[in-house]
Amino acid sequence: MPDAASQALDTFPRLLFYHAQVRGQRVAMREKDLGIWQSWTWADVAERVGALACGLAALGFKRGDNLAIIGDNRPHLYMMMTAVQCLGGVPVPLYQDAVANEMLFVLQDAGVRFALAEDQEQVDKLLEIKDQLPALEHIVYDDPRGMRHYNQPFIHDIHELMAMGRIHLQNHPDFLKTEIGIGDADDVSVMLYTSGTTGKPKGVCQTHNAFISSARGGCEFDKLTDADDILSYLPMAWVGDHLFSFAQALVAGFTINCPESGDTVMTDLREIGPTYYFAPPRVFENLLTQVMIRMEDAGAIKQKVFHHYMAVARRCGADILDGKPVSFGDRLSYALGNLFVYGPLKNVLGMSRIRVAYTAGAAIGPDLFRFYRSIGINLKQLYGQTETCAYVCLQPDGHIKLDSVGMPAPGVEVKIADNGEILVKGPMLLKGYYKRPDATAESINADGYFMTGDAGFFDDDGHLKIIDRAKDVGKLANGAMFAPNYIENKLKFFPHVKEAVCFGHDKDMVCAFINIDVGAVGNWAERRGIAYSGYTDLASKPQVLELIKECVEKINEELVAEGMLADSQVHRFLVLHKELDPDDDELTRTRKVRRGFISEKYAVLIDALYSGKSSQFIETEVKFEDGRRGKVSADLKILDAKTLPVVKKAA
Amino acid sequence: MSGRQIGDVILDLQHISLRFGGVKALTDISFDVREHEVRAIIGPNGAGKSSMLNVINGVYHPQEGRITFRGEERRKMEPHMAAMQGISRTFQNIALFKGMTVLDNVMTGRITKMKATFIEQALFFGRAHREEMEHRKKVEEVIDFLEIQHIRKTPVGRLPYGLQKRVELARALAAEPSMLLLDEPMAGMNVEEKQDMCRFILDVNDQFGTTIVLIEHDMGVVMDISDRVVVLDYGKKIGDGTPDEVRSNEEVIRAYLGTGH
Repeated sequence: MPDAASQALDTFPRLLFYHAQVRGQRVAMREKDLGIWQSWTWADVAERVGALACGLAALGFKRGDNLAIIGDNRPHLYMMMTAVQCLGGVPVPLYQDAVANEMLFVLQDAGVRFALAEDQEQVDKLLEIKDQLPALEHIVYDDPRGMRHYNQPFIHDIHELMAMGRIHLQNHPDFLKTEIGIGDADDVSVMLYTSGTTGKPKGVCQTHNAFISSARGGCEFDKLTDADDILSYLPMAWVGDHLFSFAQALVAGFTINCPESGDTVMTDLREIGPTYYFAPPRVFENLLTQVMIRMEDAGAIKQKVFHHYMAVARRCGADILDGKPVSFGDRLSYALGNLFVYGPLKNVLGMSRIRVAYTAGAAIGPDLFRFYRSIGINLKQLYGQTETCAYVCLQPDGHIKLDSVGMPAPGVEVKIADNGEILVKGPMLLKGYYKRPDATAESINADGYFMTGDAGFFDDDGHLKIIDRAKDVGKLANGAMFAPNYIENKLKFFPHVKEAVCFGHDKDMVCAFINIDVGAVGNWAERRGIAYSGYTDLASKPQVLELIKECVEKINEELVAEGMLADSQVHRFLVLHKELDPDDDELTRTRKVRRGFISEKYAVLIDALYSGKSSQFIETEVKFEDGRRGKVSADLKILDAKTLPVVKKAA
Repeated sequence: MSGRQIGDVILDLQHISLRFGGVKALTDISFDVREHEVRAIIGPNGAGKSSMLNVINGVYHPQEGRITFRGEERRKMEPHMAAMQGISRTFQNIALFKGMTVLDNVMTGRITKMKATFIEQALFFGRAHREEMEHRKKVEEVIDFLEIQHIRKTPVGRLPYGLQKRVELARALAAEPSMLLLDEPMAGMNVEEKQDMCRFILDVNDQFGTTIVLIEHDMGVVMDISDRVVVLDYGKKIGDGTPDEVRSNEEVIRAYLGTGH
């Protein structure tokens, strides 16, 4: 094996063999199989990676070849990544739940000659499209179940591949060492395809140096050590998993744990009790909902205890976590609460040992975020994209702001362009898009900054706030920045508001269309004895309009308090007579507002908002689910919301 | 791509008649089951399908007829003997222990393989410990095979119907049967659950070479997964053959499929 001490640890294979020497008997990977957690030490992993690499070489894998990896998080799939890197090849992880035709583009674009498929399902997908993949020569599979009858010569069991590799290694003992020696920190280490919400997916080429720098920065920032444990359950093709479960694990030398199956993640989480955890906001939300539902079924005494101590946690939990001064009485109550409620609750959630938890990917509701922090889980947010190894901003321990994504991470330079766009520079930037120099040139400007496409600003403490996609950000007539999405999201955090569309570009004030949430508002109306027949009727009730007005005024206060967007207060609004619907082309299928279409379709209403009328008649054609068409008409009231004076800060 | 080879006849039923007092449940029925095949028994309600399964695994004793299983002729057989000889079954109306976990339920499928004495098991001593580990391993393989890891520790009574059916199949498989009798494995399931169940049945048949005799109402399912089909009506056999032969049999069409087909 290569002599670790004499070489810089600047590629992943070198890091792996370094760990195999230094902490060979510590556990590197675990996977639950047949009900038992199976472990592989760093020495085991290094041996298998070596065998895999030599096996691939024996099959004819060459430097620069791409190898597709398709499957759930499993140790052999992670090992294969390093094996490919040993040979100077590039692993290309794919989303395992994509159908064959969705995979086709990526497989063709990357021109893969080799593919590692987790099981029969993935092999079948590859066979289905093999005709259209002339470059694909070998398929290796991990799970032999159902594979007995696949006797095509180009399909190999991963264990056969390792056996081949071990023989190859005996015959060429220096082979692996030489190959790893040739590797360079600036070689591409992985290719991750961007999801392609805008056009075709693009392969983002990242180097060893980019991911190792990002991982080092992250590990130092959160003081991750080889004693940490992470549950690896998010798709391997996603940049976050590659950073946390692959790059950081190899840099810090901690243990990754692969769940038994997609359905057992929650059980596995409790069994492993990770110290380091990542989940999208949706997962945290589901967990909280489950807890609350179960609490409602609990006995009266338990409920009382729970609610009492949750109030204590809300009052001082987050401050204690942040190390801020808290009175002795509160500390005592919190300690009792920890004994009776928070401790057991964290245990049920599998979060007893968590030191650092991250969330990202979507806006997390403030209540949700506060809940986890108040019971003592160090939940933080981060910001980054595939092109930046998911490493741009992190929230530092003790300085958490709910609505910011934290401060620039170590080694990262962030600046805001004149149009509000966030520009970043640092070692974590992509080397380029695969075979797309045009796209690379478009995304990196002349000064070497990557243009994120997000708009944001730094607050007074130097925390970055993301407000919108840069292309959606406009300007009010007085030149102030107008970020419709930011305001709409704020509105949508109210349970009574389902959708909101804000207007204001080139206008002198911001106005909004609002859709009420029939479930929440209906429930609210029922409790007050307000009778209604349907959405249109409910939306026109004066009490409902008053309710929405309160919501709007609340966000106006928030906007003023934040300073930067004080000019974007919503002056006038109306509650639409029908729900915005993808069937009527008002929303995309993923339920994003189609601003342009809406402003054309409802031009009359916009005119009415800006011309100061107090009501406007409208008739709209709607499509029903069975394809019939009908008309909905209403006389909409337009309300003025209270706005606060904008205090200009002294320059 | 099928790797299984349908072999010789392993179960032969000749002229079986079964009466309950004056009620004739089965009248002079003869058919056979070959090794490794999927054999379906179909028929309208009350045709005698479940009675037929009960005859095969010894719950009912026919008044007339001959049963030959693996070359051994017998008139009478008790259910536990059938189990010892490698015949497992599932029931039409799920017969699991509702208060026990999935794991414990499946573990009961291993009962015929446990050699340790009552005392050893009570004290968890000697053979009991060693055996427990072996059995647990086998059970875990079945759990993995049927993809029910996520409910391993859940009490069966809390599970939805489709999953309970799967647990029942798991228990039957835990006995490592050479022949599996399935009594309406897909009754009351939605389309997706049915598809899953079909896949599992075919996988079992393919992977372990288990001979499968199943009763099923869903004609689509029967025609898709069976090698041969027996059709019963009012306790009599009215058709026997491959799905295609049965589908074109006049009498079967009249009795069961309706004239619309």
